[in-house]
Parts: sequence; structure tokens; C-alpha cells
Amino acid sequence: MTLSSDEVTRFSDLLKAHEEQLADAWTEIAVTSLRGRLSRAELRKQIGELQRGFQAALAGGATDLDGAESAELRALLSELSNTRARQGFTATETAISVYALKEALLAILDGREVADATTLRDYVAFSSFVDRAGLFTFDSYVRAREGLIADQAEQLLELSTPVVKLWEGVVAVPLVGTLDSARAQVVMERLLQTLVDTGSPYAIIDITGVLAVDTQVAQHILKTVVAARLMGAECIISGIRPQIAQTIVALGIEFGDIATKASLADALRHVLKLTDQKRQGR
Amino acid sequence: MERVPVLKIGDILLVSIQIDMEDQVALRLQEDLADKIVATGCHGVIIDISALDIVDSFVGRTLATIASISRVLDAETVVVGMRPAVAITLVELGLSLPGIRTALNVELGMELLAQERGEDETPVVPAS
Repeated sequence: MTLSSDEVTRFSDLLKAHEEQLADAWTEIAVTSLRGRLSRAELRKQIGELQRGFQAALAGGATDLDGAESAELRALLSELSNTRARQGFTATETAISVYALKEALLAILDGREVADATTLRDYVAFSSFVDRAGLFTFDSYVRAREGLIADQAEQLLELSTPVVKLWEGVVAVPLVGTLDSARAQVVMERLLQTLVDTGSPYAIIDITGVLAVDTQVAQHILKTVVAARLMGAECIISGIRPQIAQTIVALGIEFGDIATKASLADALRHVLKLTDQKRQGR
Repeated sequence: MERVPVLKIGDILLVSIQIDMEDQVALRLQEDLADKIVATGCHGVIIDISALDIVDSFVGRTLATIASISRVLDAETVVVGMRPAVAITLVELGLSLPGIRTALNVELGMELLAQERGEDETPVVPAS
């Protein structure tokens, strides 16, 4: 629903005429929902900015929130929700900070001497404008949160898959945390690429930090081992905790002829023995 | 038609595939290699596929066939330099290229062949 030009003028006048009073009432209503996590003065500043945003948009002749005149207001709203999302406020608390304008408006309209049909229609029109603004805030809030989650997921992916060179011709991947398909893919690609780059014919996959091994995780590890074999490198799985060993057997997972060792040290010893044999065989 | 060159280095035939492996090229390589092994009497074949972006099931099978043929002619085949992306794709397709020996690069491939020959020949020494 868009505002008519008359309504825009009246809305704009109303905001201008009761600037201070409105901002105070608005802050008063919003501050209760935030339960003291934001100081009154700070909130008052934010609301003051928002109100100026509303005023500027309406003065520019904005009839709805999607037009070019409201661009600045939209920017203000999304900035508000971005900071709120990062500070850990809920979506409701963020939206209420905008919706409080309606209540504040009603209080001012109530105080008027003459209340007629126009006042009511105006209020409905204004409030639908504020509703749109509130929904926009909510959208930005969700977007900010999603961005935050995506960033964190990426950081986690980066953080948890180092491939380290353990010995001449031996690399190791200490796996930490849960191993889902996306991470398994990253681990696989990193490991194989490192094998090529360093020309190491041996790789140790250490699963000490993997909390649980199910058929899916085992499948990922097996795939990595087979891919490494195709490229001409041998993988050893190490760091199998007693509990994990029991799960592996209970699930009937077969590691076939892949060497498995209890600890990383054992795996390294195994690899060094193999390379020694090779050298003597020549 | 394009051909893949087969180079003789000492006791080893080196094949470096630098072009797209079309089916005809693969079959031609298979014939050429069989001829060359017999002609030179080499005991090792190294096929370098580090330039290949794609290894499909046909090429995979041809490589396996080449390995079998050369084994009949008393030559060991090592496929070297497979790219990670190719290996991942092959695994996802369920092709594990059985019967093919692999190494990370040509150097390691030559080491592997030398070691194989060494093992093969050791029983001969005490007997003689």
C-alpha cells in the first residue's frame, strides 16, 4: 500500500511538528523491550537518526519504501538491523524498535483535540508505511544473520583442515570435529593437492579429533584413500580411539587392506619402516 | 590423426600424453606401445597423464588394457601424475582402475619400476 501525496505531506508535518515528543515516546516504548541491554541515551541517538531518516524520505515525497527517495531510510534500517544482529539482539527486539513508532504516533494523534475519519485513515496509512519499514528491518536482520553464519562456516572450513609435512615424503592431515560431505571434500582436495605439490608418496590421516565415525564419515575417508592410491600415494589411518574402533566394528565398516594404526607415532614408524625397506630393496 | 609419442629411456618407455585422449588416439597408443615393447625389449612403461583434465571410463579401460598387454610382454606399467580432480572424479564414478600401478610423478614412477625389477631379479642371483 502506498501513501497518497496528501498523506505524505500530513505524515511529514506530523513528524516535524512533534519531533522531540515523538522521539521521546518512541524511545520510551522501545527501551522496555530491550531490557537494559542498550543504554537509553544510545537508543535515543539511534531513534533520532531513524526519525530523521523517515522525515527526509517523506520530505522527498516518498510514497512507499521501495522508491529512490527512501534509499537513505532503507540504508539506516539495514544498518540498524546489522548492528543489532551482530550484538545478539533477537529479531523481535529489533523489529519492535521500529514498530514502536506506531505506538508513539498513536499517542500523539490521541492527544489531538479533533479526531475525525481523516485522522483514522491517516493513522492506518502511516502505520502500513511503518509496517513495511519493520518488515524491511526484519529482512535485513535475517540477511545479516545468514551472512554471519556463512562466514563462520567458511572460517571453520579454513581453520580445521591443515595438511602438514611430517617427514621427508610423508604428509599428515589431523582431522578435527565432525566430518560432513562439504568438509570431507575440502580435506580430500587439499590432501591430494599437497601430495602432488610435495611429491610425498605417503599420507597419514589422523582421526584423533573426529568425535564420531559413522558409515558416512568412513565412506569419505575410504574415498580419499582410494583417490590417493589412484594417484600413486599410500594412506595410513591413525588416531583411532578405542570407542571409535568399537563403533567401526559394530557398524561393519571394512577398511580392507588400508593400514590402520592406534596413534600417529605408530603410523609414522610404519611409514618409515616401509621407506627403509624400499631403500634396502634397491 | 594425432599420435602420442613413445620415448625410450634406457630400459623404460616413457609416454607423456599432452593431447585430449580421444578413443581413436587411445587405441592407437595401445597398438604403438605393444609394437615398441616388442621392438625395444624394454621392461618398463611409464604413462604420464599429468596434462589430462579428463579421464573417462574408456581411457581408464584402455590404460588397464595397456597394463595387461605390457605385463604379457614382460614389462611393468606405471601411470604417473594423475591430477587430484581426475582421481576424485574416478572415485566418484566408482572406477578404481584395478591392475594399474600408479605413482605421483615420473621420478617416483621410475623408482618404483627400478625397485620392481630389483625384486624380480634377486631370486635369480643366488640360483646362478
